[in-house]
Amino acid sequence: MNKQQTVPSIVNQVKNVQWPSFNTILSTAGLPIVGIVIFLGLWSMMAKNIDTSLGQFPGPAAVWQQANVLVDEHNAQMDKADKFYQRQDERNAARVAKDPTYQPKIRAFTGAPTFFEQIWTSLYTVMVGFVVASLIAIPVGIMCGLSKNAYTAINPLIQLFKPVSPLAWLPLVTMVVSAVYVSTDPMFSKSFITSAVTVALCCLWPTLINTAVGVSSIDKDLLNVSKVLRLNALSHVTTIVLPSSIPAIFTGLRLSLGIGWMVLIAAEMLAQNPGLGKFVWDEFQNGSSESLARIMVAVLTIGLIGFILDRLMLTVQRKVSWDKTAVLR
Amino acid sequence: MSNSSHLELTKVGIDFPTPKGPFTALQNVDLKIQKGEFISLIGHSGCGKSTVLNIVAGLYQATTGGVLLNNKEVNEPGPERAVVFQNHSLLPWLSAYKNVELAVKQTQKGRSKQEMKEWVEHNLELVHMTHAADKLPSEISGGMKQRVGIARALAMEPKVLLMDEPFGALDALTRAHLQDSVMEIHAELGNTVIMITHDVDEAVLLSDRIVMMTNGPAATIGEILHVDLPRPRNRIACADDPKYNHYRAEVLKFLYEKQRKVESVEEHRAKKKTSNEEKSSNVA
Repeated sequence: MNKQQTVPSIVNQVKNVQWPSFNTILSTAGLPIVGIVIFLGLWSMMAKNIDTSLGQFPGPAAVWQQANVLVDEHNAQMDKADKFYQRQDERNAARVAKDPTYQPKIRAFTGAPTFFEQIWTSLYTVMVGFVVASLIAIPVGIMCGLSKNAYTAINPLIQLFKPVSPLAWLPLVTMVVSAVYVSTDPMFSKSFITSAVTVALCCLWPTLINTAVGVSSIDKDLLNVSKVLRLNALSHVTTIVLPSSIPAIFTGLRLSLGIGWMVLIAAEMLAQNPGLGKFVWDEFQNGSSESLARIMVAVLTIGLIGFILDRLMLTVQRKVSWDKTAVLR
Repeated sequence: MSNSSHLELTKVGIDFPTPKGPFTALQNVDLKIQKGEFISLIGHSGCGKSTVLNIVAGLYQATTGGVLLNNKEVNEPGPERAVVFQNHSLLPWLSAYKNVELAVKQTQKGRSKQEMKEWVEHNLELVHMTHAADKLPSEISGGMKQRVGIARALAMEPKVLLMDEPFGALDALTRAHLQDSVMEIHAELGNTVIMITHDVDEAVLLSDRIVMMTNGPAATIGEILHVDLPRPRNRIACADDPKYNHYRAEVLKFLYEKQRKVESVEEHRAKKKTSNEEKSSNVA
């Protein structure tokens, strides 16, 4: 028994001793760089040959320049906000000094949102939509996986709504939110709720389907263990069903989050939620000579954030997955 | 209905539905088992040994006849008929300790926390697994997993312990080691045990009675062999014991003469030859 335990550790030690050869460095770090360089080259070549009514299509250099401009604009706006609050504090302090009974009024800074604030809004919106969708999809998925009847009943609806584009939902959602969410002092703006609901509607399905598949393919022996132990329905789900289907659920969650992020940009364009989608739309409507470059910055940012979100989910998946031998990518 | 038998199978039969109509896997299985008896079920693959075990476990429902445990009908699974599955079926996300603890928490609800902890530890000790209590199933060997599976079953304090080819997937040395452990535990606790096996030596060494099953479909009990060897049994002493070898030969005769399933090499060749000749004649 000892021998069997030590064999993998020896193998690991041997692996640790071996340094990555030049070839592996080249292929793990070098090849992606080569790919990116070729892409940048092709991009700048093609950009020079495309003339639009808003000027030449931006090449990498123009996009980089606009990225810096966006950072500067953000810093300038933050500076303005700081100064605004400082002035307000000074004014209030002066009035309180004159008249101790005075209740100082604090007003929020109302400058236009910067690029980074818009990124934040987008992330917040997609997360709300994604969490709402997951809270519905996982329990329904478990139900479908446990009961063949439930699955047969719900499956046609899943197949019907799964391929629907977010743009088709959006007008309906907008009207419903306007009608239902009526409040004099709204906690959330309507555009935010519309976007989040649209995201939720579109990212329900991968989680639901993967959860159902995961639950219905639990090892039969484990189900027999549960029967022999006479676990009640609740402990059956919490001790056997949920842990066994965690890998499948996470596959679904990752797909859902990816779809949700894509859907969000479209939803924000139309719902005017002040996120990245609105940024792209506003730049498009602006039609200045920098617009295309600024949109391109947004495109790359959207891609990068999507990538980071997926990596984050993967990290969580690795943390909670019991099967440490599985290769997750 | 005699009160003396602990577990009683009466005219047990089962049909499985197939597209071509019901398939009778078992019929007329009659068996009375005394308390503390060690029974082995042996037979060729597909003869319905596992089906018998699953009916006793309550995982399958008999189509005809029924099973009585202490004069109460068995119709659903329960911890008083604990099962040790062929491929351990430990929950892979729980440590050895937690796997046993799950069974203890579910079946020993009267115990205090401290008593439960002691009971888990006691059962792990019984199968010599205390040293790996905190390891996950993926971190221990196949034999160790099977030990934990046995500990989990024993922790339910079953009236009958059902073992479905518990050592089938293990190498010969590990298997011998675990057989000794099972004999030790059986001597200590005196449980009633039903074990399915393919291994003639295992059946003779461990059992009080060996139930030999005929080939399916519609399999039933062919013969029952009483193994009258004194306990504790020692595998090395047994190997030289003429009585042991006689029992062994009896089982082998049943399996390979009376219920022969695998044709001998010569027969197979002869058949092949004739079929080839037929083919060539057809071509000609």
